[in-house]
Amino acid sequence: METYTLMRQFADSWGLLYLVVVFIAVVIFAFRPGSKKYYSEQAQIPLKEEQNKDD
Amino acid sequence: MDPISTLITVAVSILAALLALFAASQAHDSIFFIHMLVFALAFGLMALTLVRKCNFAGGDGRSVAAEDTYCDTIVRYGVIAIAFWGVVGFAVGVLIAFQLAFPNLNFDLPWTNFGRLRPLHTSAVIFAFGGNALIATSFYIVQRTCRVRLSLEPLAWFVFWGYQLFIVLAATGYVLGATQGKEYAEPEWYVDLWLTVVWVAYLLVFLVTLMRRKEPHIYVANWFLLAFIVTVALLHVVNGLAVPVSLYSSTSYAAFSGVQSALVQWWYAHNAVGFFLTAGFLGMMYYFIPKQANRPVYSYRLSIVHFWAIIFLYMWAGPHHLHYTALPDWAQTLGMVFSVMLWMPSWGGMINGLMTLSGAWDKLRTDPILRFFVASVAFYGMATFEGPLMSIKAVNGLSHYTDWTIGHVHSGALGWNALITFGALYFLTPKLWGAKQMYSNRLINWHFWIAMLGICIYAASMWVSGITQGLMWREYNAEGFLVYSFAETVLILHPFYVLRAVGGLLFLFGALLMVYNMWKTIRGEREVDQPISQVITVGA
Repeated sequence: METYTLMRQFADSWGLLYLVVVFIAVVIFAFRPGSKKYYSEQAQIPLKEEQNKDD
Repeated sequence: MDPISTLITVAVSILAALLALFAASQAHDSIFFIHMLVFALAFGLMALTLVRKCNFAGGDGRSVAAEDTYCDTIVRYGVIAIAFWGVVGFAVGVLIAFQLAFPNLNFDLPWTNFGRLRPLHTSAVIFAFGGNALIATSFYIVQRTCRVRLSLEPLAWFVFWGYQLFIVLAATGYVLGATQGKEYAEPEWYVDLWLTVVWVAYLLVFLVTLMRRKEPHIYVANWFLLAFIVTVALLHVVNGLAVPVSLYSSTSYAAFSGVQSALVQWWYAHNAVGFFLTAGFLGMMYYFIPKQANRPVYSYRLSIVHFWAIIFLYMWAGPHHLHYTALPDWAQTLGMVFSVMLWMPSWGGMINGLMTLSGAWDKLRTDPILRFFVASVAFYGMATFEGPLMSIKAVNGLSHYTDWTIGHVHSGALGWNALITFGALYFLTPKLWGAKQMYSNRLINWHFWIAMLGICIYAASMWVSGITQGLMWREYNAEGFLVYSFAETVLILHPFYVLRAVGGLLFLFGALLMVYNMWKTIRGEREVDQPISQVITVGA
């Protein structure tokens, strides 16, 4: 098979499936039980920083 | 740096300067000759500065400033570079806008021709203004959100000055006529190689700082910034693949040809929009909006989904620049579908940015800096709504190659990228120079409304001229002939070109107000606010 056809078929089958599965996994991970509390603490990071002495 | 590593670095830079001088002596053309002299000068200055900065008398070579929690000096340099390149880029933009309306302004000289000044404008605003904004703010943000001082500081300085050298080489190259002819990637092969070295150094500085963080969690702004750095490295290397005619020539040929070359070019260029102008600037949004509003981001979980959705989708949108070309049909459709899907993460991100203000909208009335941030996110939403719309083949058939595209790009670039950068400059300048606030709030306000007016005039005139142009180009008569010649469209578009230039001029004027305001703030001055009652008395 031509390289072009081979790569194209891989991209629109396994490649696509892989990316979709990874993405869904990421979303499930982000919304896992208990994540809301954890992430709302992390959202405070920019607000609790130390300043330089002259700031 | 300690004396030994200083000596090694000085030796390397002197060697590099000598190599550049040798290359200049062998040069096949004048551009290569001039650029090698610039390289030699830069490396010579680097050696000289290193020797002068080093404390050979002993000690660990640390200056007093090194005892600060964070390294802010480099951000200060960055802030000045942003303002400087911003004004240069906007000014060139205004000039070429007037050239389009009044061709005499090309002055019949090769160096001032529209074809050479146009890449000078695009590179100056995207890479010089935007790039410096990203580098400076990323150094600021990564230190604050990781609660750690910048790592590999000498390398960070190399990144800053190396990037300025890249800008100078790119800009002088365009004016003198060196170009690879690739949109937003015009610099020739040796400038591309130099940028690669600088970019890898940038990645190292950012990564090592992240690795040494004291905050266990990596704040989402850093995710976006890291994605921007990594992806731009990938895009730049693949798109820049070229074979020089000779090692001593400023001419090269791209590794790809035909439709492959076109696809690589637009894969690069669209992801430059997606990762340079979007992901990187979203990193700024996720830091500066919560800081200025003094509230955490609306939904941190949404920001994570936003991040991954942008990362997964943007890569595939490039082919929408090649509708109805020799590109395979499936690739065009793929580009269109992924562009339309980008609506979701783009609007998710916009909602996340705007809703950060929920319950604090009143701050918009009193805080002009916050207004810059909020307006920029609103423009992000509008531009990312318009973009997918234009990527739909039927719409693209009307909009492609017309001024509508130019209007779209500028509502994104002026509205989103420039406004958020202005906001960041107003946020950073007082903090970095130890002032309580900017010299004048009144001037920030003026800047905001002048810039807003400029963007609106710009975008509206380009919409009208773009759609006019598109409709005239596709007008056939009963016999199947084109109704209008190209020159007829040019004649009709003239007033809109003048209007566009006026819009740009307003935007430039606003930026000059900002520079004046920054200058006064850095000098430590503060405008005395006039109490309202007094104004009324004077008026009465």
